[in-house]
Amino acid sequence: MATILSAQNITKRFGGLTALSDVSFEIQQGQIFGLIGPNGAGKTTMFNVLTGLYQHDEGTVTFNGEILNGITSDRIAALGVARTFQNIRLFGNLSAIENVMIGRHVRTHAGVWGAITRNSATRIEEAAIEARAHELLDFVNVGHRANELAKHLSYGDQRRLEIARALATDPKVLALDEPAAGMNATEKLALRKLIEAIRTQGITILLIEHDVKLVMGLCDRIGVLDYGKKIAEGVPADVQRDPKVIEAYLGASIEVAA
Amino acid sequence: MTQYIDHILPTQLRKHPAVFWVGVVLIAAALAVMPFVLVSHSMTSWVRITNFAILFVFLSLGLNIVVGFAGLLDLGYIAFYAVGAYVYALLASPHFGLHLPFWVILPIGAAVACLFGVLLGAPTLKLRGDYLAIVTLGFGEIVRIFMNNLSEPINITNGPKGIATIDSIKLFGMDFSTTTRFGDFALPGLIKYYYLLMFMLLVIIILNLRLQNSRIGRAWEAIREDELAARAMGINTINLKLLAFAMGASFGGLAGGVFAAIQGFVSPESFTLTESVMILAMVVLGGMGNIWGVVLGAVLLSFVPELLRYTVEPAQKALFGRQIIEAEVLRMLIFGFAMVAMMLFRPAGLLPSAVRKRELARKED
Repeated sequence: MATILSAQNITKRFGGLTALSDVSFEIQQGQIFGLIGPNGAGKTTMFNVLTGLYQHDEGTVTFNGEILNGITSDRIAALGVARTFQNIRLFGNLSAIENVMIGRHVRTHAGVWGAITRNSATRIEEAAIEARAHELLDFVNVGHRANELAKHLSYGDQRRLEIARALATDPKVLALDEPAAGMNATEKLALRKLIEAIRTQGITILLIEHDVKLVMGLCDRIGVLDYGKKIAEGVPADVQRDPKVIEAYLGASIEVAA
Repeated sequence: MTQYIDHILPTQLRKHPAVFWVGVVLIAAALAVMPFVLVSHSMTSWVRITNFAILFVFLSLGLNIVVGFAGLLDLGYIAFYAVGAYVYALLASPHFGLHLPFWVILPIGAAVACLFGVLLGAPTLKLRGDYLAIVTLGFGEIVRIFMNNLSEPINITNGPKGIATIDSIKLFGMDFSTTTRFGDFALPGLIKYYYLLMFMLLVIIILNLRLQNSRIGRAWEAIREDELAARAMGINTINLKLLAFAMGASFGGLAGGVFAAIQGFVSPESFTLTESVMILAMVVLGGMGNIWGVVLGAVLLSFVPELLRYTVEPAQKALFGRQIIEAEVLRMLIFGFAMVAMMLFRPAGLLPSAVRKRELARKED
């Protein structure tokens, strides 16, 4: 397996606060990589660095052999890294289908001339965009609500719609920021199946999640952050037993005796 | 035929194409006959008012691209109208002794305005909301002040005196400023302009509907809704914002050129901040982002003040026997109240931008 996305010695500071310090990890092609850690550990900061939302102060992000330092998020999306947001950021006043159609933007070409002449190439492309968007909506199980405003969808549907929108950009790596947040047990199960189905399409997945059960069950490999530092990395079974991880989540071990 | 219009029709009309075409024919007939009815009832000035109302529809549709589609507040939009008008005035008047034909100048005017749009857009790419509004407001004023003062050292704009005796539009060997006779049938210049403007309006509306319902239009809407998310979806927000400014400015420049030709005279006075605010009010009142709403807003805001001009005085005389408040003052007062009421009761505009529903594009199994 080849490395598709790697972070080397990433440091990110906000003023005097070091949000990430010397964090490194590598994600292999086709893997589901989990990034976990307690609140404020720097997971989302890492995520924003990887997707170009933040510029890191030190270190190198490499995607598919290309160094991403200083590259804007729209270029990164064009290269093949798509993301969802922890606090859902859909285009609320547009319909579900339009949200997904916007995701196709980066893989389509019609410009102003095509739009105003509406020539055959543009019409064919528009039809393809719409067809693909419907397909993706069905894939994430929101197909029956295609024409509703994104902001009127239920919470779980919004989360899945965000995944569909990200998938519309034909990503090589899909980065999901807490996709299960606020979902009930049934929805989580469906989400798990969805993520597995995405993986079978050959898309590498980077997952930030609080739900330890979900992460342990899904991920091939897990990295653990705490206070901006990587404290562990490995397969789920190892990470679960790592004393540093247990300490980070449950607090320092106390002498139980006497 | 339907393949060319299908994408811009509301769902209900798409299902009943016959109803749609009958409606189109009726409206077109009414609009075609209207100026003759007005003239025959000695209301010729209303044809002129209508012509200027159509120009304001052009402007509102142009501003709607910037404000309604891309969500960028522009308070200096009138500057592009001014640029278009002055380009026409300079290239078709005795001022420089140039008399280029209408069809040559119009694209030049639009292109120059487009350039100005990019000039305004480029330094303001990172600004939003209030900050952008202030910068664009300043831009509008700068353009006006330049027009006012560019009479020295080289006389380019002729300063506050403006440029007069601008060529009228001449097309198909027909001069639009004079009456043409076909035997007994007389076609006054005003009505010729009316038809020309109506034709241009039709083209501009179709262009706008197509732009909105395209890959570009969707990207603008994405930027309006959430710029950060749009960028994360791979949309090059810098280029698309510049494109919105450029497109909006081009429409403004186009309208400006026609304005100069119809009016025959331009001066910086026509391009004040008040005009920018008025156009923005048309867009907001009609319903930002909804093309038909913006058309309605522009038509209403063009006609209502004129209607009040003709009704306020007689109404006072009928009620009180004499004029208590001067017509001009009362007119603007009523107008202001109407605007306040509108924003209180229909904050999203008369015709709020509705979601264009897409039918599930598949056959029933």
